[in-house]
Parts: sequence; C-alpha cells; structure tokens
Amino acid sequence: MKTGAKLLVESLQREGVETIFGYPGGAVLPIYDELYDAPIRHILVRHEQAAAHAADGYARASGRVGVCLATSGPGACNLVTGIATAYMDSVPLVAITGQVPTFMLGNDAFQESDITGITMPITKHNYLVKRAADLGQVVKDAFYIAGTGRPGPVLVDIPKDVMTTQLEAEPPIGRAKLRGYQPTYEGHALQIEKAVSLIGEAERPLLYVGGGVIASGASEDVRRLAELMLIPVATTLMGLGTVPCDHPLNLGMIGMHGTEAANYAVTECDLLIAVGVRFDDRVTGKIDAFAPNARIIHIDIDPAEIGKNKPVDIPIVGDAGKVLQSIIRRLIKKEGRETWLARVRHWKEEQTVRDGDDGLSPAYIIREMSDLLGDHGIVVSEVGQNQMWAAQHYCFRRPRTWISSGGLGTMGYGFPAAIGAHFARPDETVVDVAGDGSFQMNIQELGTVVQYKVPVKVVVLNNMYLGMVRQWQELFYDRRYSYTELPAVDFVGIARAYGVDGIRVEEREEVRPALEAAFTTDGPFVLDFRIEREANVFPMVPAGAAINEMIGRRQA
Amino acid sequence: MKLHTIHILVENRAGVLSRISGLFSRRGFNIESLAVGTCEEAGMSRMTIVVLGDDAQIEQVKKQLNKLIDVIKVSDITDQSTVARELALIKVAAEPGDTRAGVMQIANIFRAKIIDVGAKTVILEVTGDSEKIDALETLLRQYGIKEFVRTGKIALLRGQKGIKSMK
Ligand SMILES: Cc1cc2nc3c(=O)[nH]c(=O)nc-3n(C[C@H](O)[C@H](O)[C@H](O)COP(=O)(O)OP(=O)(O)OC[C@H]3O[C@@H](n4cnc5c(N)ncnc54)[C@H](O)[C@@H]3O)c2cc1C
Ligand SMILES: Cc1ncc(C[n+]2csc(CCOP(=O)(O)OP(=O)(O)O)c2C)c(N)n1
Ligand SMILES: [Mg+2]
Repeated sequence: MKTGAKLLVESLQREGVETIFGYPGGAVLPIYDELYDAPIRHILVRHEQAAAHAADGYARASGRVGVCLATSGPGACNLVTGIATAYMDSVPLVAITGQVPTFMLGNDAFQESDITGITMPITKHNYLVKRAADLGQVVKDAFYIAGTGRPGPVLVDIPKDVMTTQLEAEPPIGRAKLRGYQPTYEGHALQIEKAVSLIGEAERPLLYVGGGVIASGASEDVRRLAELMLIPVATTLMGLGTVPCDHPLNLGMIGMHGTEAANYAVTECDLLIAVGVRFDDRVTGKIDAFAPNARIIHIDIDPAEIGKNKPVDIPIVGDAGKVLQSIIRRLIKKEGRETWLARVRHWKEEQTVRDGDDGLSPAYIIREMSDLLGDHGIVVSEVGQNQMWAAQHYCFRRPRTWISSGGLGTMGYGFPAAIGAHFARPDETVVDVAGDGSFQMNIQELGTVVQYKVPVKVVVLNNMYLGMVRQWQELFYDRRYSYTELPAVDFVGIARAYGVDGIRVEEREEVRPALEAAFTTDGPFVLDFRIEREANVFPMVPAGAAINEMIGRRQA
Repeated sequence: MKLHTIHILVENRAGVLSRISGLFSRRGFNIESLAVGTCEEAGMSRMTIVVLGDDAQIEQVKKQLNKLIDVIKVSDITDQSTVARELALIKVAAEPGDTRAGVMQIANIFRAKIIDVGAKTVILEVTGDSEKIDALETLLRQYGIKEFVRTGKIALLRGQKGIKSMK
C-alpha cells in the first residue's frame, strides 16, 4: 500500500529530480509530508512566481527539466507568469499543483481554480490527474514531453484526494510513448543535399542562430560550420554564447538592439542559414526588409516555426546539432571569401554606435564585470535596459551562461532565475544584472537567498526609472515621462535588513573594487550602481522600421 | 482566402475540444463550423472543421494542431474526393392551408422530412451539403423561420482511402 503522494515523489526521483522549488498550502500537504524525508531538496521561495522562475533558471543553466510545486488556487495562479515565461522561451519545466478533491471539482470550492484551463495556452501540455493509479505514467510522460522535441512547460494538477488514495498495487509504468507526439530529429536527406549545394554556392552567407542551438547543444557544430565555410555568425538574444564573443567570425547580437555588423550583414547576405531561431519581430524589424537579397535555409525542430513569419527556400525539420552535422559531413572547406569577410570586418571595426563611456556608464560596469568573471560566470538578467546592456557588453564565451526572459520579457524574472541557476551549477558565480524596477518585482527572494545561503550577486543598474519605457517616451513621446520615474530606493539598506551584504556605488573608480568585493564574498551580495539616469540603449531600430535603419548613433 | 475542410483524428480525452477551440481563438483562426464525435477506433474521435484562410494560414492551422499532444492526425481534405453532409432542423411558420402546402412542396423538392407538425408551425429535417441547406433556408424565409439549427459539416474520403491513426 502506498499513497498517491508517495507514488508522485517516487516518480520524481525516478526522473532524477534532485531539486524542487515550491511553496506549500492546504491542497499539497500530503506531498509536503512525503517530501519531509525524501532525498529531494526542496527550496522554499517567498512567492510562487519565483518558484517557477527558479525552476526555469535551473533548467536553462543545466539543460535538465526544472520542477516547481504550488498549492491550489492562489498558489497555482501565482505560477502562471513563470509558466508563460518558460513557454515563450521553450524551457523544459514540470509544474505540479495541488487541486481541490475530485468530488468538489467545479463547485467553486475553497481555493479552487481551473489551472489546467488557465494554462492551456501557455503549456506544451497539461494534465488533471483524476486517478492515483495514473500518477506514475503521467509523471513519466510529463517529463518526456517537457524535455524532448521543442522543450516547454508541462503542468500536472493533482486533486488532494488523489494524493491520499491508498494504492493496492503499483501499476506498471511503461516508456513514455505518445501516439500524437513524435518529434523529428533527423533532417530530411534531400533537403540536406539542397542546403549543402546552396552553402557551397553562396558568396555572402550568414548564420543566424538562437535558442534552439543552445537547447540542442549544437554550439560546437555552429562554430565548425562557420570556420569550415568562413561564414560570419549573428546570434539572437537567446543564442548569446553559441560562438565566443571574441571569435573573428562573431558579429554579435542581431535585431532591435543588435550590432551594426549583424544587422547590415543580414540585409546584404545572399544566403541566410537560420538555425534554432523563430524570426521574432524584435529580430526582423519590418519583415519584408529582412534578408531581402537572401535565399533562406531554416533548420528548426518545430515544423510550425518554419515559414511562420517569413517564407523560406529550404525548410529542414530536425534537431539543430544532428542536421548541422549531416550538412558539415558533406561540405568541402572553403578558401578565400575575402570580399564578404572584409566588408563584415569593416562594419565590426567601424561600429559608429557607442554607448557613452564616461561617468558611471552601464556599459563600463558590464565590461568590468565581464573582465573580472572571465569564464566563471553565469549572467542572468532582468528586463529592460539592464538586459540589453548586459547582452551587448558582456563577453559570452560558452552556451548556457546567459539566461534572460526574451519572449515574454518578464520583469522580476532574473533574481529567482539566478537562484535556480545556482542550484543547477553551484560551481559558477551567478550574477543577476537588474534594473531598479525589475528587482523590486521579486525582491522578497532576498529571504530565500539568506535561508539557503545562495551566493547570487545582484548588480542593480539603478537609474531610478523604468528605463526602457522612459527611453521610448524620450524618443517617441516627446520626453513626456508619464509614470516611469521611481523614487530612490536604498537597496543596500533593504539587503542588510534581510541579512545580505551590499555596497552602493556612485563613482566610476569604485566600480571595480565593488565588483571584486561582491565576487570574493562567499554569500549573496547586492551592488547598487547609481548609473547615469538617462543613458539609452543604442543602437536601436524603431519598431516597424527595417533592420538596417538604426538610430542613436553617438560617437565614442 | 477560401474555406478549407480539415479532418482531425484526436485522442478522446477530457479537455481535447477546448484545446482545439482554444488554439483557434488564440491564434485568430476563423472557424466556420466544427463537428465532433466518437468513431470506429476505440478511444478516439473524429473532428471535421471548416476554416477560412489563405494557404499560409491553413498551413499554420495544420502545424499548430499537430503540435497538440492529443491530436493524432490532421488532414486537409478540401481538394480530395469526399462525401460531406450537414444536417439542419428548421422550424417554419406554417398555418394550415396554402402556406403549409407551400412549405411542404419546398420540403419535397429538397427531400426534407417533416418531423413535427404543430398548430402554427412545422419542423423540417434536411441533410446535404452546405449550399443545399443555405438554399433551403433562403426559400423558407418568406414564410418566417422561427428557429434554425444546423450541425457542422462532417466528411469522409470516398472509396478505399481513409484517415487512420497510423501516423
Ligand atoms: C526588451 C527586449 C528587447 C529585445 N531585443 C532583442 C534584440 O535586439 N535581438 C534579439 O535577438 N532578441 C531581442 N529580444 C528577444 C526576442 O523577443 C526573442 O525572445 C528572441 O529574439 C527569440 O530568440 P530565438 O529566435 O533564438 O528563439 P527562441 O525563443 O530561443 O526559440 C528557439 C527556437 O529554436 C527551436 N528549437 C528548440 N530546440 C531545438 C533543437 N533541438 N533543434 C533545432 N531547433 C530547436 C524552437 O522551435 C524555436 O523556434 C528582446 C527582448 C526584450 C524583452
Ligand atoms: C512584468 C512586466 N511589467 C511591465 C513590463 C514593461 N516594461 C518593460 S521594460 C520596463 C522597465 C524596466 O525597468 P527597470 O527594471 O528599472 O529596468 P531599466 O530599463 O531601467 O534598466 C517595463 C516597465 C514588463 N516587461 N514586465
Ligand atoms: Mg531602472
């Protein structure tokens, strides 16, 4: 005899789960009772949203499925933003929620909410488990769905009586096998042949790579293809770290706040090799003017992404790594390509757009941080200007060292995601690059980092503004700063009250020593950088403009 | 833009209908009609959906439907050889006398059955393709249509060909 709750916890162990982020309540008491002496570590957060983001950060840092747990009703609803964030960025997550007992379902019972209904459009799949005997197979299938193909969140909702049901015999659990779910990993041979000949013929090829390459573990394959055929590489926000920032073929980030080199290259290229990217509007700008002269090869594991926003010439459904390897095997090394590479190099060197480098500039802070951390850091970000500055100025050299909410752009994501990243990769220094607005959206997690001694460093780029929104108001709304100013907050004081150390920095000379102090401290640390208040993120492509129409050119 | 008929084979699980209708509304696809019911394969249902869109939109519809875990197979049968039927029930104002005779005559031409006769109304049952039902509705309007219900279209491929769960 064993209860549904026990079966659940054993099923999680069978999936290799070591860490869960959660928050208890009435409807999950039986699960918490099982967790009390189970060999699974449970991290008690201070808000369920943070549990979902922490599980997401854990997943992105490790490539494994992250797990979060919440009670019914308000607990489950608090997970929603975190689940949507993971869904938009294709992050493997299993969210477990308690539910009112089956016989009360649909009765507006205490703390009942239809969480499977609510999360239907923001999960890859979800389950309401009505029989304890099904729990084992559901958990198996949930992890399989979350972690394979195009990864994504799966929610498992469990009524309380299902947790307490005594099972006579444990039903056998088969391999996850779902008739309606069979991801394609190998690319179509004929399409691969066509891609090979296009790559052979191209004069001005460009690789455009993103989150799918990181998910696939195909960074090395991208670099090999680039070096073999002398193809410059532009990465999306989600693809940073695929190719080392200082690699000669790396053009940096493409898109609205991308580099001139990447945005000009995509406009002039005659072949665009898109790998694990989804032609997001933040990347393409005006879609007709994106890669206007190019034939397009698109490699993606999700057939629905191919041709969704832009027609392509060679669609290849499959895993980025597997497909790239088949392509590389058939190619012969390219020599020369001087004209195109010289043109690209020219854009890189002549980059006219520079961030103001004097005073307490965010660019300077991020570059110092990058210099100090070298290859021992994972950078997580909040959302807004802070996120773009981190993306632009930090030198990423390895995959899974940049963790950021791209698709949903969730303020408050970074701090809890950094906590999750720490538990996945305790050997790395994890830094949350934050804005003053975003940090305050989940600042309560200072309690969590103190309780579990999580040595996460928070670098607040404090401009006392909702800076990214203010920037749009400055540029497009005649400087009418409607409700975007935030009064000064003493972040160091708040941190201290929780028991976390911190330093406020107001002078350029203090930047490096302060960062050093934070990185050499064993525990968590908060740095409150009072940056130039109206610094902007440049270059910038205004919404709806062509991707090579960048504004904000300031000479260095 | 044209009407497409999409045939879907789904696992007969709780919530599958709301997954599908939710997908349509979320992605802004235009459903004209939807009919669903169990079928010859145990644990499965067949759905026939009529949706309006251009080729690119219909391509997205199919791909997005295929991503649903409970969906086993999606086929666009618009340009295939099919038999397709709808059923409608029409309650028409028809006082005994000339009016009622007129209604019965129209019913006859359309091979519609009179399935209920009231003091002042009759109910017609008609099956056929959408155009036939539209035509009948138009003709009956002069008498006064009190209530009108129709199922969505259901369809099968003609002959040996079929849509089966082997994916
Ligand atoms: C304030 C702000 C500004 C932004 N500015 C920019 C900007 O300037 N530039 C920019 O790039 N982004 C920017 N973004 C992010 C942007 O909104 C998108 O999130 C991002 O561009 C999407 O990245 P991606 O195309 O790599 O796709 P992702 O969202 O990472 O999706 C991954 C793709 O890879 C596929 N995939 C998954 N696994 C595999 C596999 N194993 N093999 C093959 N394919 C796979 C998926 O199906 C999907 O199509 C910004 C976001 C914010 C909040
Ligand atoms: C939850 C949420 N609410 C609102 C927004 C819209 N938004 C995008 S950036 C931004 C400002 C962020 O301010 P801050 O965290 O201080 O970062 P900064 O841009 O100043 O670096 C806002 C409000 C959002 N992305 N997420
Ligand atoms: Mg700010």
